Amino acid sequence: MSGQTLLDKLWSAHEVVRREDGASLMWVDRHLVHEGSHHAFAKIAERGLRVAEPGLTTGVVDHYAPTRGPAQDPAVADMINRLERNCTEHGIVCLGLSDPRQGIVHVIGPELGLTLPGLMINCGDSHTSTHGAFGALAFGIGATEVAHVLATQTIWQKKPKAMRITVEGTLGPGVGAKDMALAWIAKLGADAARGHAIEYAGPAVRGLSMEGRMTLCNLSIEGGARFGMVSPDDTTFAYVKGRPFAPEGAVWDAALGAWETLPTDTDAEFDRDITLNASEIAPIVTWGTSPEDALPVTASVPDPGQLDGARAERVRSALAYMDLSPGQALANVPVDQVFIGSCTNARIEDLRAAAAVLAGRRAKVPGLVSPGSRAVKTQAEAEGLDRIFTDAGLEWVGAGCSMCVAMNGDVVAPGKRCASTTNRNFRGRQGPGARTHLMSPSMVAAAAVTGHLADVRPMLEGRSV
Amino acid sequence: MAGWHLHKGTAVALDRESIDTDQLIPARFMSTPRASGYGDFLLHDLRFDAAGRAQPDFPLNRYPDASVLVSRRNFGSGSSREAAVYALADFGFKVIVAPSFGDIFASNAVNNGLLPARVDDTDAFLRALADGPLPAVADLEHQIIKVGDTALPFQIDATWREKLINGWDDIDLTRAHQTDIAAFRAARRQAAPWAFTNEQTDT
Repeated sequence: MSGQTLLDKLWSAHEVVRREDGASLMWVDRHLVHEGSHHAFAKIAERGLRVAEPGLTTGVVDHYAPTRGPAQDPAVADMINRLERNCTEHGIVCLGLSDPRQGIVHVIGPELGLTLPGLMINCGDSHTSTHGAFGALAFGIGATEVAHVLATQTIWQKKPKAMRITVEGTLGPGVGAKDMALAWIAKLGADAARGHAIEYAGPAVRGLSMEGRMTLCNLSIEGGARFGMVSPDDTTFAYVKGRPFAPEGAVWDAALGAWETLPTDTDAEFDRDITLNASEIAPIVTWGTSPEDALPVTASVPDPGQLDGARAERVRSALAYMDLSPGQALANVPVDQVFIGSCTNARIEDLRAAAAVLAGRRAKVPGLVSPGSRAVKTQAEAEGLDRIFTDAGLEWVGAGCSMCVAMNGDVVAPGKRCASTTNRNFRGRQGPGARTHLMSPSMVAAAAVTGHLADVRPMLEGRSV
Repeated sequence: MAGWHLHKGTAVALDRESIDTDQLIPARFMSTPRASGYGDFLLHDLRFDAAGRAQPDFPLNRYPDASVLVSRRNFGSGSSREAAVYALADFGFKVIVAPSFGDIFASNAVNNGLLPARVDDTDAFLRALADGPLPAVADLEHQIIKVGDTALPFQIDATWREKLINGWDDIDLTRAHQTDIAAFRAARRQAAPWAFTNEQTDT
């Protein structure tokens, strides 16, 4: 019998019951709720139910958080108030706009040490996979499931199949976790990992910092996987130690002992095994309307004439929406604005990477830089990164989901092209008619400086990154 | 939620790949209360132009009584927004037929009585629907979809099929396991005290 994967160990540690039909009832260690939870709170109110474990639930304002002054739109203010009222009603801590711990849910969870190895974490957001970077079982859920977790602190789920993506080699200068993620999604497709939990492994993954691992795990859903994870190691433990909700003293020692048994056994088997070589990954940009529409910035826009059937149709339609021509060099595509932010790439290392490119340079186009949390904002200001952004001509704003999902009033205007550190380039994602190009923070900085999609690598020469 | 095992209605084609949840319901509509119905928001920016005028040739605008939607791979990819399902359900859809679905979307669909039916190749259905809608039948017992004269088997996770047929509500199901949950909680508190934050001091 072969060994156990991280997924196996996490699953069996949280399985309360397995039904005859194969569904598992799983215990939820952490439930994170944001403004979208109003449907779920309404459902439990309808049934006269209380939240089962307020102490294991944390609310945070992020999707609608205004980043520039108070909420102008009453509907936006109302969404925020509703979350705060629901949390107060049930005795749940809510990190609101005046709380120094506020920020994007998948940034603040790890920052506060709420996210720990070995935990089961749910949130009504598909990028919950981010927390899997800690060797946690973390996945996004819909409103009905959120209501179920609120009422019972458990969730029914069928154990997914296991996929391992091993990344060999070393990432080159100017290439990072964002490129690694876009590379595998472009290679395998946006629905490749459906029904699977992905474990990321190999030296290039081990070599990523926790923030890099979070970026990688964050994007799992864009390749179809609800779950993405990395076996915990010393990098993980060093990040967690000392955080506000991390264990201390004897409890820390006990936790560490348990966490050290989590990594996948050497003889464990996966349903699918994929290997990538990091040395072959170049800085990547998306050109179309799915995260799978991605290529090295040195490449050209694909020709739908070379493709067949529905795929050709989709590419043709994407190019029309994006106003790009087959064969057009990606490195010449002009941009109208940039956005640095989101749960994918708005942590301190992401801001440092963008600042390394922007230092002493001016942006040719306007843009917003939204740090992932108030804590990241404070740290960035202590390091002088904010001045680098504002000296370059970019706007330094508050923390929230902001222009990634355009729910708070930060919107890309119709027809405008935005180089963005976010996770989705779907039609209209950043605003009706908005044209989104996804890429890493340093690549967004390169686009800001040149006014078009550009290879950041030459711009890093002589600079410490 | 009422269970069902047979649905008869009208099928229309949405002959595009990767209809993501941002298409299904743009985020700007999600602060509207559900009580007012989300049907008008379904595929809003494909159905209506920038000035809010309905595109007359878009299938959903021509056939507002459709209840079976046939599409292509990666339907419902993207965000976990259950509002995407509300928009489909409030419009009147009961069944979506596609070769693949976003995992979270499919789960949300089932939780609202909507069937995400996986058919390996929907080309035959899409060709048949190219000239307009056709009567359709979705048979959950036998896992068959019929569009016009063409019948094809569909796949669905066994646990989901049971839930749709029985109209099960997860919260009710979980009630039967209260003792197991309490026992699990107690054991976990012993084994992994760091997993419980309720007794930690708020900073």
